[in-house]
Amino acid sequence: MRDLSLHILDLMQNSIRAKASVISLSVLLSEDGILSITIEDDGTGMSEELLSRVLSPFATTRTTRKVGLGIPMMAENCRLTGGDLRIESELGKGTRLIATLHTSSIDCLPLGDLPGTMTTLITTNPESPEFTLHCASPKGEMQFDTREVRAALQGVPLNEPEIAAWMMESLREEIEPIFGGVIL
Amino acid sequence: MKSLAELEAIRQKTLNRINLRQEKEGEVTRVVIGMATCGIAAGARPVMLAFMDEISKRNLSHVTVSQTGCIGMCRLEPMVDVIVPGQEKVTYVHMTPEKVGRVVAEHIVNGRPVEEYTIGAAEK
Repeated sequence: MRDLSLHILDLMQNSIRAKASVISLSVLLSEDGILSITIEDDGTGMSEELLSRVLSPFATTRTTRKVGLGIPMMAENCRLTGGDLRIESELGKGTRLIATLHTSSIDCLPLGDLPGTMTTLITTNPESPEFTLHCASPKGEMQFDTREVRAALQGVPLNEPEIAAWMMESLREEIEPIFGGVIL
Repeated sequence: MKSLAELEAIRQKTLNRINLRQEKEGEVTRVVIGMATCGIAAGARPVMLAFMDEISKRNLSHVTVSQTGCIGMCRLEPMVDVIVPGQEKVTYVHMTPEKVGRVVAEHIVNGRPVEEYTIGAAEK
């Protein structure tokens, strides 16, 4: 993966496969350059047994191949910067993944195209789940919630190409001032 | 979200097209993009966004874009299935945003699959 937004797109697929109805992403950059990415869902959750081996590249629930690299690759990228990746999960309740990275490290990946990640997730999953996004840094913050967009659209599906274009543009406008120049 | 108000204008614009699509229910062409770790790492996201862009530019009301997981041929990602009703499914491999324009123009609009981008051509 070339940047963090691609990792986020990949990790959020796990929440979708876990049949979540709401997936919340928050990307927070602190004053001292620590970036925390949190993905929280209300999906099926994991058993303690699965949770204990989910950081291994040889753990996967899929049947088409024997490796699952999404989580281990992200964990490695966090560790390279001196940060880490933690997962909390409970069967029937959901899962929370917290990735911490030190942006001052030369090994820290750039954040990348976060608006592209959100637009991709939403337009390919237009009916459910709902997505929320919270970005914050010392420069400012923003909130986004597909439930608000859905309410405003009154029945027009979220995957209409014009809606996707609007989403991309408005997210870009709001996210760039928050992270621009630092990690984008 | 400051530009939520703009959505109302966009909503009005898309209403006609959605009605048109409902009338032609059985004629919807589906574009399905592999979006597992392998697909994403190989560049599925820009491909997917290029499809949305091209469909929007050409105002194609009968095309929908969706995603699927890994189908086990990771070395050929990004992979895209184009399913035109009444025709056999066509699988494109090693897709790039540059190839998307041709697939939309030649296959989706004009009904002739781009043979050289398909899995059949890649596996020869």
